[in-house]
Amino acid sequence: MLFYSTTTYVVGVFFLLLMGALFLTIVQEFSQIPQNVSLMEPFFQVFWMPVLFIVPLLTMKSIAEERRLCTLETLMTTSVSSWAIVLSKFLSIYFVYMLLWLLTCLFPFILTWVLGAEVTDLRVFDSAVLLGGLSFIAITGLFYIALGLFASSLTRSQLTAGILSFSFLFAVIVGGRFLAEVPFLSGSWAGPIEGSLEYFQTFIHLEDFTRGVLDSRPFFLYVSGTLLALGVTGLIVEAKS
Amino acid sequence: MSESIRVENLTKCYGSVRAIEDLSFSINHGEVIGFLGPNGAGKSTTMRILCGLMPATSGRAYLGGISIARHPEKVRRRVGFMPENNPLPNEMRVSEYLRFRAELKGLSRGARKTRVGEVMEICNLDKKAKYKMIKTLSKGFRQRVGIADALLAKPDVIIMDEPTIGLDPHQIIGIRRLFNELKGQMTVIISSHILPEVEATCDRAIIINHGSIVALGTPMELCREFISESSYKIVARATSESIRSALNTVSPGISVVDESAPDALGIVTWIIKAPVGCDRTTGHTLIEALSADSSIFLQECSREHSHLEDVFLAATKHSWEENYAVQRRYQKKAQTLES
Repeated sequence: MLFYSTTTYVVGVFFLLLMGALFLTIVQEFSQIPQNVSLMEPFFQVFWMPVLFIVPLLTMKSIAEERRLCTLETLMTTSVSSWAIVLSKFLSIYFVYMLLWLLTCLFPFILTWVLGAEVTDLRVFDSAVLLGGLSFIAITGLFYIALGLFASSLTRSQLTAGILSFSFLFAVIVGGRFLAEVPFLSGSWAGPIEGSLEYFQTFIHLEDFTRGVLDSRPFFLYVSGTLLALGVTGLIVEAKS
Repeated sequence: MSESIRVENLTKCYGSVRAIEDLSFSINHGEVIGFLGPNGAGKSTTMRILCGLMPATSGRAYLGGISIARHPEKVRRRVGFMPENNPLPNEMRVSEYLRFRAELKGLSRGARKTRVGEVMEICNLDKKAKYKMIKTLSKGFRQRVGIADALLAKPDVIIMDEPTIGLDPHQIIGIRRLFNELKGQMTVIISSHILPEVEATCDRAIIINHGSIVALGTPMELCREFISESSYKIVARATSESIRSALNTVSPGISVVDESAPDALGIVTWIIKAPVGCDRTTGHTLIEALSADSSIFLQECSREHSHLEDVFLAATKHSWEENYAVQRRYQKKAQTLES
């Protein structure tokens, strides 16, 4: 249904316009003030901005609307299991999500083409940073979309599902940083807790990925989170149908 | 005839509320069954259990010999279900949706195209509605898409909740013809409030009320069981006294239940009821008795057949009266407390 819905295309256009504008702003800053990092680094650092909006927009309708319209029931009358339904929705949304991000990776190519083929400045086009950033987007995308699907399975209202999804993503992406700055956690007694909280900090993972450090710990964190969210979603869909 | 569906002591509770209780019935292969009952009687719950969509609280149900509780996924492959309100995805076209459903139901690529074309032809979707968006379709066409979907995989059993709602008379006749064609090939269970449709289409009817079966049988069997009188219509130019006097000579048990006002020509219509036991009260006897009186100018004497509607009202009347009495008691109690 995702490809038949106009919402998907509206979300895609909105996302590409936003990311295009962000990329243009970064290029303008780089052209005014000398920088010694790749312009894809600050580009990926603002990943949270579009993610907080497009993941809820892509996922809020997936289960909530189907349950409200009772089309989920007609799906269940076939021999398709609730797990197959959840998995297929997850994979289709993930495919659209990654397709949109892959389209943004055309921006440095377009910039290179506009500036001329002689420009080989790594600040314009750094494939390592691009691959690292994309890997981060790919791995975190699994978890964020699974969270969005989970939020959609909790309610029949698209709006409520969208708000829940936004809240979960905000807590996961930004919450770790806020918790690290909480005063009572800065004492010496809070050492182990602080260490554990650092493990969940999304921006630290992003830094590592864009510097080319592919740590397996965030990989296991996000994949296990994805499996947990999808598992609970499957149970909810089965129970509520 | 082999058994298609067998239900034994089926019960379903939603918390403390018993939606259905100890339902037991069986349906043979190829039968068309009407599933009737007031709103909230338990029809949809029973249908959902038979489709393997929800588990029962207790009891056993079998479809084609397969236990529905143990193998719901196998049962779903053998059932075509059209739920009430017929939910459809609005953003798809009719042909796209039916191809999608055919794929979900496991039809092979080659069979899909052929079968989708066949069901669209059966449901008259191939000419006007094939490439239309579902959200632009009228209610009647949406119902037809739902029926087409139920027929797609040539299931052993088709279960339809209110299939003729929103259809015009031509379409209803078309659906009735379809059900008649399916008789013998598939088992069909239809739930409907349009009782004349059920009477015209179904081999047997199951009437359910407050979660229990109150009547089960062919329309004729149900009429004999629940209707204690037979009805006749007499159209004549005569006085009320002369008609009553003539009827009295046939049987004292015959009563006049309705008498219309005379029209411009002085013709009056009487509806009379005779106890079922008076089988000797045939139309012939009535005509003889009425013709014997020279003051009666008889135009018409015909038997009014009891309909399934009368059976439904009679079968569910007792429960309705009980409910009404309970409501009145609560209202009186509330009024007493207020005063």
